[in-house]
Amino acid sequence: MNEKNNSLLVYTLIYFGFLYIPVLFLPIFSFNDANYMSFPLAGFTTDHYEEMWSKRNLHKALWASVKVGVVASVVSTAIALLAAKAFVRYKFRGQNVSYGAIMMPFLIPEIILAVSILIIWINLGFPLGLVPVTIGHILFCTPFAMLILIARIEGFDFSLEEASRDLGENAWGTFYRVSLPLYLPGIIAALLLSFIISFDEFILAFFLSGSDATLPMYMWNQMRFVKKLPHVLALGAVIIVFTTFIVLLAFWLRNVGQGKEKQDIAIKL
Amino acid sequence: MNEKFIQINGISKHFGNVKAVDDVSFSIKEGEFFSLLGPSGCGKTTLLRLLAGFEYPTNGNLLIDGSDITALPPDKRPTNMVFQNYAIFPHINVEQNIKFGLRKLGLTDDEIKKRVDDVLALVKLEGYEERFSGQLSGGQRQRVALARALVRQPKVLLLDEPLGALDKKLRDEMQLELRTLQKEIGITFVFVTHDQQEAISMSDRVAVMSEGKIQQLSAPNELYKNPENIFVSDFIGETNFLKASTKSKDGEHINVTIEDLGDFKVKNNLNIPENSSDVVCSVRPESMMISRDKSDWDICLEAKINQTSYLGEMTRFYVEVSGINKVITVSSQHFDNQSFENNTCFISISLEDISLLQKK
Repeated sequence: MNEKNNSLLVYTLIYFGFLYIPVLFLPIFSFNDANYMSFPLAGFTTDHYEEMWSKRNLHKALWASVKVGVVASVVSTAIALLAAKAFVRYKFRGQNVSYGAIMMPFLIPEIILAVSILIIWINLGFPLGLVPVTIGHILFCTPFAMLILIARIEGFDFSLEEASRDLGENAWGTFYRVSLPLYLPGIIAALLLSFIISFDEFILAFFLSGSDATLPMYMWNQMRFVKKLPHVLALGAVIIVFTTFIVLLAFWLRNVGQGKEKQDIAIKL
Repeated sequence: MNEKFIQINGISKHFGNVKAVDDVSFSIKEGEFFSLLGPSGCGKTTLLRLLAGFEYPTNGNLLIDGSDITALPPDKRPTNMVFQNYAIFPHINVEQNIKFGLRKLGLTDDEIKKRVDDVLALVKLEGYEERFSGQLSGGQRQRVALARALVRQPKVLLLDEPLGALDKKLRDEMQLELRTLQKEIGITFVFVTHDQQEAISMSDRVAVMSEGKIQQLSAPNELYKNPENIFVSDFIGETNFLKASTKSKDGEHINVTIEDLGDFKVKNNLNIPENSSDVVCSVRPESMMISRDKSDWDICLEAKINQTSYLGEMTRFYVEVSGINKVITVSSQHFDNQSFENNTCFISISLEDISLLQKK
């Protein structure tokens, strides 16, 4: 019994080791006073971080990523909310087909999605830039947002909406006063995760952004020059911390209120 | 008092091929405690949801207090509902739950405060204003659901099995309390339940439903004493069915042959035709007498006790009468399972207690 537990512990440690040790090198080298990523470490410095303040292209790319991320996350969460509500609440003809269609960008290789949008966009005669990137990100983020929202809405007691109608609210009043506040943690979780997915996305941006680089594009461009590597490491470290915080917040929000519902059931039983 | 306060005219509701409610017509009086009673799937909840506006009928129309509500959405109807699971909004507290439905009534702040205070006193929830649903017991939630509906002062209160989730003792208390409350405020209650004891003990009138149709609509004691068909007789309380066939009529009575027992003259309230073999006699377990010695009742049979179950206030005997291939249930308050030697006893039936019913 004991041995079994130990072997599982070893497995767990190896698993997390493979997952996180390479990622940890990034912040370590971002404080290293050298242009190359190699041991031994040459000394501690925060120069690479200070360097980020002066890079105008970096600021431009950051602002581009934030714009794309905000628009993509808001639009894809809105689409996902409507779809999730329809899938959970109603049974309708073509349900499985439309579910599959929305999930498709999640399943097909991203590069195929990117190339398809690129071909259509160019043939329509539109210029490359942040607009096609945003459209691609909306397609790509919607399935993620929908999965999160379906999980939230599935536990929802629809008699609450009926109760609201019964108490004199119309459909909009019911959505605003009952459904929205109860879905809200799920909606915010979906917004945050779609934002992060868009913020970190590279392939779609690579094909569609043209000269308007997003942050991942900026990093990729800088990596070609040895001298510029260290401040990309610093940027990467900042992004890791930021992303981890957002993801943890999203997961925490997804579970908010669930504890209370469990308590409800316990009292009922 | 308006005799036809709620009018249900030829209402049907079909879900695909299923006729959940099948051409039902009846009226409910103003201020009445009216119950829809039946087994699950009989259409009682669908009928209640049609009244609330959560479903729209396939055919027929609905009137409340003279105005047609058939096509109105739930928020435009003079009804409010107490849901089976109470449906208390979990994100707002008790007071906000109760105020929820007052927003669109155009009341002043003082009026709102007075209504909320009054209804809290009515359901005995003073001091719970700040609590959330998760901090309330089942019984308290039921009171919040009741208060939230009553505070709008609806013409009709709809209740969908509101006592189903409570334990037995609390349920008995709430039955009495609901009944008292209804008489006090005088609002018409339409109460859905599958529990026949609940319906009988609380209602002014009961509609027994099965397969989307009303089987019988009458006062509880009528339902029990004079069931109109086998379904009602079987569903309300317990009973013994004995196969029989009718012979000649004799005024309000009719001569019948009860299988294995012989010829008798019984009352014929339902006007069952002569020479019919599709009839049964129903005898309630508590209308029979069980005794050690022979009695001089109309029918007295020697029997053997198969099993007994002691229920406290009475004992139920399952007996076998020689010549009848059927276990008969008799209940008694005077005897228990210790009372009989060798399990032999006599059971006696008065002809007045036999209900003659027609098979469908």
